[in-house]
Amino acid sequence: MSVENGKIKLELENISKSYKVKKKDFLVVDNISLEVCKNEFLVLLGPGLSGKTVLLNIIAGIEEPSSGKIFLDGEQIYGTHRSICMVFQKIGLLPWKTVMGNTEIGLKLSGVPKRIRRKTAQKFIEMVGLKGFENAYPHQLSGGMKQRVGIARAYTNNPDILILDEPFGQLDAQTRYSMQDEILRIWEIQKKTIIFVTNNIEEAIYLGERIILFGKCPAKVKEVYDIKLQRPRNNMDPDFLKLRKLISSNMDIDLGV
Amino acid sequence: MTDNRKVKVEVNNLTKKFGDLLVLDNISFNIKEGELLCVVGPTGCGKTTFLNLLSCLIEPTCGDLLIGGEPANPRKHNLAFVFQEPSSFPWLTVEKNIGFGLDVKRWPAKKKKERINKIISLMGLEQVRHLYPHQLSASTDQRQVIGRAFAMNPDLLLMDEPYGQMDIKMRYYLEDEVVRLWKELGTTVVFITHNIEEAVYLAERILILSNKPARIKEEIIIDLPRPRGIADPKLVEIRKYVTEQIKWW
Repeated sequence: MSVENGKIKLELENISKSYKVKKKDFLVVDNISLEVCKNEFLVLLGPGLSGKTVLLNIIAGIEEPSSGKIFLDGEQIYGTHRSICMVFQKIGLLPWKTVMGNTEIGLKLSGVPKRIRRKTAQKFIEMVGLKGFENAYPHQLSGGMKQRVGIARAYTNNPDILILDEPFGQLDAQTRYSMQDEILRIWEIQKKTIIFVTNNIEEAIYLGERIILFGKCPAKVKEVYDIKLQRPRNNMDPDFLKLRKLISSNMDIDLGV
Repeated sequence: MTDNRKVKVEVNNLTKKFGDLLVLDNISFNIKEGELLCVVGPTGCGKTTFLNLLSCLIEPTCGDLLIGGEPANPRKHNLAFVFQEPSSFPWLTVEKNIGFGLDVKRWPAKKKKERINKIISLMGLEQVRHLYPHQLSASTDQRQVIGRAFAMNPDLLLMDEPYGQMDIKMRYYLEDEVVRLWKELGTTVVFITHNIEEAVYLAERILILSNKPARIKEEIIIDLPRPRGIADPKLVEIRKYVTEQIKWW
């Protein structure tokens, strides 16, 4: 595994997770060790039902690993940590709160005074291109717009690490392309360490500096790819397509019931 | 290369308004028997409304739709529809689900059995024929829905982004499967998708819809040999062109 650009932000050491199903152990994450560099755009790519979400939940602290350790800036962490924020696939906005209400909620729960948290939230609402929609409710927004709120909410909490779990999976192909450009634009404005999970090879190559490929469940690192393509990337470029073919041939397909 | 197939579906001056909102504006085109037609357009342009009209789920504001020269009528014509989410009946096994349309149209038992077996064999669903939808993965569930649609030998098979939610490797597999079924059974298929690459991979012809109110912006014939390669420069060029025509981002 090549760790090129300097500081390691997050380290997973021998992480495994199994669940008890009818008295038997069902292994979902199989002994994963990996490193994430500071401000890297790292993509975790794998077929459906490969265990990627469980791994993400473990990193985010929502679930406990069965074994293994996680280190943030060299120190072991347990459970949730304010430096790690997640953006979900099935758009997790509170339907009774406005865009502003949803964006500022993390700070509100942390007891930050209204004036300060509003100012911070406003900054990120504008950064994701939703100026003017502060008082809109989720049902008034398109799928892409809702995901932008999710991203603004995550950024407002000022995490070091942003985890995005197939955030564009529910969007149609075209909106997906526009959101890919959006997330890159946002990342360039304010660099964070990003761990982005997807099952879409084209998306992975378009976004990632590095791609970690997982096989079928249980989640195990199959291969790591360094993506050296210049930005902005073009998904119909011959080099892009070559890379896509290479990774695709290595990707598992699960036709199981 | 001239296409000698006869016209199966005629769409004449199809227009749809919801109150004051004009969604589809005077759309006219034909579909040949056994053709695989893809319809693409920018997000929100009215593709689903268009499909709903073709399948007679809603009525047009004006214009008409003819199947085999007669006004489209779900009681007379076989119209099969595949939605984005699997729509299998949870209380039926795979085998029964696939045979459902044949039950409705009262096919004779022997013919029904043969047809079901043919579909199951073509799709490799032998292992799961006696299972229920809840025992299947989402992609297998969707595959049996597609099998059900092809099984009834429809006059028109309409597919609305059937693979939208699936991972990319599964999509390639399923796209190949639909081409295989289509070739083998000679069904007339209209396939709607947002995914231009998918459209170019599958289609004999692509209809490009404009933004609302939707009109036919352009029609493109794709005569690339099969199996098509997504990295094939000719396919990429068509894909680039079509993307330019609908790009709104």
